[in-house]
Amino acid sequence: MTETTLQTQELRINMGPQHPSTHGVLRVELVTDGEIVKRAIPHIGYLHRCFEKHAENIDYMGVMPFVDRMDYVASMNNDMGYAMAVEKLMQVEIPKRAEYIRVIMAELNRIASHILAIGTFGLDVGTFTPFMWCFRDRELILDIFEMTSGARLLYNYLWIGGVWMDLTPGIEEKIKEFCDYFEPKIDEIDTILSYNSIFIHRTANVGIISLDTAISYGLTGPNLRGSGKKWDLRKDEPYSVYPELEFDIPVGSGEQGTVGDCWDRYIVRVREMRESLKIVRQALKQIPEGLFRAPIRKVRPPAGEAYTKVENPRGELGFYIVSDGSLKPYRVKAKSPCFTAISCLDEVSRNEMIADVVAIIGSFDIVLGEVDR
Amino acid sequence: MTLEDIFKKLKEKFQDGVLELKIPDEKYKGDAFIMIDAKKNHAVLKYLKEEASLLFDNLLCISGVDYKDYFSVVYHLHSYTHLHKVVIKVHLQERENPKLDSAFDLWKGANWLEREIFDILGIHFSNHPDLRRILLPDDWEGYPLRKDYKTQETWHGIKVGM
Repeated sequence: MTETTLQTQELRINMGPQHPSTHGVLRVELVTDGEIVKRAIPHIGYLHRCFEKHAENIDYMGVMPFVDRMDYVASMNNDMGYAMAVEKLMQVEIPKRAEYIRVIMAELNRIASHILAIGTFGLDVGTFTPFMWCFRDRELILDIFEMTSGARLLYNYLWIGGVWMDLTPGIEEKIKEFCDYFEPKIDEIDTILSYNSIFIHRTANVGIISLDTAISYGLTGPNLRGSGKKWDLRKDEPYSVYPELEFDIPVGSGEQGTVGDCWDRYIVRVREMRESLKIVRQALKQIPEGLFRAPIRKVRPPAGEAYTKVENPRGELGFYIVSDGSLKPYRVKAKSPCFTAISCLDEVSRNEMIADVVAIIGSFDIVLGEVDR
Repeated sequence: MTLEDIFKKLKEKFQDGVLELKIPDEKYKGDAFIMIDAKKNHAVLKYLKEEASLLFDNLLCISGVDYKDYFSVVYHLHSYTHLHKVVIKVHLQERENPKLDSAFDLWKGANWLEREIFDILGIHFSNHPDLRRILLPDDWEGYPLRKDYKTQETWHGIKVGM
């Protein structure tokens, strides 16, 4: 009888770049020991479109369409961040009506973005029906956006100083109708997905991010709130007209497992949609008459630099703009929340199963357009 | 703590390492910031993060800017405990091989933010665990966000640019 020794070695697997569960083109290099992931190294850059270089060569208004294309499922929110940064440098006052229109659009876009995240997250962990339901309802929001801005995905609707056009006649009714229609639909999502025991088994106690890790990596938005931190820029560093509106901030509490697991990050998004509906309803009631854009003749901020951040569906989107007093920005740096979220994938995925890495990436809700810019 | 108090505290601790507090005036608009010496960069950041009355536990952003004569690296910090903010700025005169200490040991989020600056501006971060290109291909030539950047003509036989 001959003696044989079993050789073991770690196996490197490429996940992506065209893997459907990576939400775009992300390549993750997995170092595996059987089914267990030892390391998960993300490789990004496949969607790099040189946003920051482009921004140096066009005027301030011209940057806006590029900003739209960063996080392409939450264009309105992106525009708001960039517009606010330039307005801070120019020190212009925005008409109240414009602020309300912005908030309504931003919150509707937040719902559209979250519902996409929820649907695709369900798809990632193996359930198809919620995905179809979510897309059906998202379509209604896109119709509202089409009526307001003329575009379904990339709106370029928020301009520096206000918005492009006043609200279309009759759109308020349409938005109210949507709110009434959509509220019971969130209950349906809860029934079919959130409290579905198979779904809970796939997501609870998976990919736990402790609060310290989340803060050290600079996670923001639902990813941070999922780890139990009650922090939302709309409430804690209020901008626009958010102080005049009433809403709560849902946080993860480890209801089904441990604080900071995939389920917590997911449920924060579901609950945020209800809050967004609340905000939209109030804003529609309170919206005043008046100008929809400040009378700005030329966008030419004085020399200086400003950093603003807004609460996007995916976290805090920051814009650092340096102006030298000319018509073009000297430097525009976009700090993307998805970029920081995906940077902690390696630490979170260690010692998880390969199938769970898919759940973890899905729970981060990344958009590669924003990661790569 | 207000920005003036933070500046005073830093000045007391580091003296020459902390250069000036820039407050918006006629010629400069926007955010106020504190200029520090590049050599003291890591020590100041460490102090900002660990001193009990400051506790800047949240690194918002690290940005790099090329001002032709010098590079500037800007840290936007925020504290969840004390809810105050500060902007720290460093100037690097060296053009050929600019170097700065990494802040990775203080905030893990600095890892990718510094890699991005290395990628687009060519600023090296000492003690960084994994300093390589992140957005551009590994064998790309030059640093695109430098103001004197010239696009390479071809990359693996593919024509670059128009």
